[in-house]
Amino acid sequence: MFYVRMFFQYVAQYMKTRLEYRADLVVELFSDLLFQAVNLIFILVVFDHTEFLNGWSRDEIIFIYGFFLVPFALFSSFFNIWDFNERYIVKGEMDRILTRPIHSLFQVILERMELESLFGAVTGLAVMFYAGSRLNLEFNWYDPLLFVVLVLGGVLVYAGIFVMIACISFWADARTSIMPMMYNIGNYGRYPVDIYNKAIRFVLTWILPFAFVGVYPAAYFLGREEWYGYSYMTPVIGIVFFTLSVFIWNEGVKRYRGAGN
Amino acid sequence: MDKYLEMIRIRFLMMLAYRTNYYTGILIYSINIGAYYFLWNAIYGGKSEIEGLSALQMTTYVAVAWMARAFYFNNIDREMAMEIKEGKVAVELIRPYNYLGMKTMQGLGEGIFRLFFFSVPGMLIVALIFPLEFSADFTTWVLFAVSIVLSFFINTQLNLLTGITTFFLYNNTGLIRAKRVLIDLFSGLLLPISFFPGWSQEIMKYLPFQGISYIPSMIFTNGFTGSQAMEGLLLQAAWVLILIIPVQVLWVIAKKQLIIQGG
Repeated sequence: MFYVRMFFQYVAQYMKTRLEYRADLVVELFSDLLFQAVNLIFILVVFDHTEFLNGWSRDEIIFIYGFFLVPFALFSSFFNIWDFNERYIVKGEMDRILTRPIHSLFQVILERMELESLFGAVTGLAVMFYAGSRLNLEFNWYDPLLFVVLVLGGVLVYAGIFVMIACISFWADARTSIMPMMYNIGNYGRYPVDIYNKAIRFVLTWILPFAFVGVYPAAYFLGREEWYGYSYMTPVIGIVFFTLSVFIWNEGVKRYRGAGN
Repeated sequence: MDKYLEMIRIRFLMMLAYRTNYYTGILIYSINIGAYYFLWNAIYGGKSEIEGLSALQMTTYVAVAWMARAFYFNNIDREMAMEIKEGKVAVELIRPYNYLGMKTMQGLGEGIFRLFFFSVPGMLIVALIFPLEFSADFTTWVLFAVSIVLSFFINTQLNLLTGITTFFLYNNTGLIRAKRVLIDLFSGLLLPISFFPGWSQEIMKYLPFQGISYIPSMIFTNGFTGSQAMEGLLLQAAWVLILIIPVQVLWVIAKKQLIIQGG
């Protein structure tokens, strides 16, 4: 309960600071939207020249992209830890975090929240509705519920991977560029994994399971029964990766010695 | 002239000192090229060519477009924004050189560094992983070399333009980001311009963006040969000259209404 209250207090504080500079906020939302539009234009243009992408139609690919945007938006709003190493380890800010009465990872998440990214989820839903209505998808009454579960699974997958990478800083304090690299690998999950070769597909499923953020869960709503097994596994993989990452984080915090001053 | 050459040299040496950052850069670009490689192969499916490009040419196009980007890309718009916001630009303005010219030279120094330590080794690595087609024709390489130099100048002038807008907008991080995303799309980095629907190609003909990535990449993949390649180069050169006008005009206006915030 304390954590929930804490969370909302930070949210309120965040809103206050952001709404102070409204023009910046609008520009930021606009450039996010532009970025998503460019990805969409890419898909649209490509499908002027081909009917199917390995058996997937234009609208299906658009649907997958729309789905991907939702967990990605949630992830970028709450797990903005790509500069954890510089911000917390190198500058010694972690010392301060450890004196706080809530779990250190939770504290970092609260501080680094970027709620405006949530707008991406709205774009994602709009894109999904557009593609879904063109595909005449049929929905069951429990599908919205399942959607929430699968999206949360996707968020946990992303969060798990990035928390684990942030943890590297506890062991090696040299600056690494693995973070931006991961963002680029994450883009692979936006497209059906069967266009990649076996090795990459294996990596995207079991090692860096980005496929569970886009194509696998989306396949459920597209009625692609051959992928259902993977779709249902999304929350499991999410929970496994996230739990593992929290475990590694806790181990890392034990090893943290501070940067000195 | 000497001082500008010296500036290129200093920037080059500065980059050399931090070269380890670039090894991962190559990896990131390779990852991106890989994603597009698989995507394009799926798009081609059984087709032997789309819009006059074969699948092999397309892979080469993607690879060279990304690696050339390492050469022409720079952050001088962001650097200018920082210098203007922090008021450092005041000191820059009283120094005995042309501020914009100096920024361009710094960008060039950075570009030359990345050409040798990023683009060339990156291209070799990518060629080992993915099937690429290199032209055996010497003139293609010469035309390509001229073309990427011109694309550097077009891109840099656009960066100067965005940088100068800081004088008027004070905070233009959003604009800089938007510009980058738009250039990725309209320059032909993500998609060759010939793939776009006809009406949008008509519009893009009158914009400078295709001179940044599309023309050099098409020359490299032999998509443009002979007169087409020459036309492309002329178009690029024309844009380099045309863009001087808005840059200079904005610069004069900016200097007039300059307010230094601290510094």
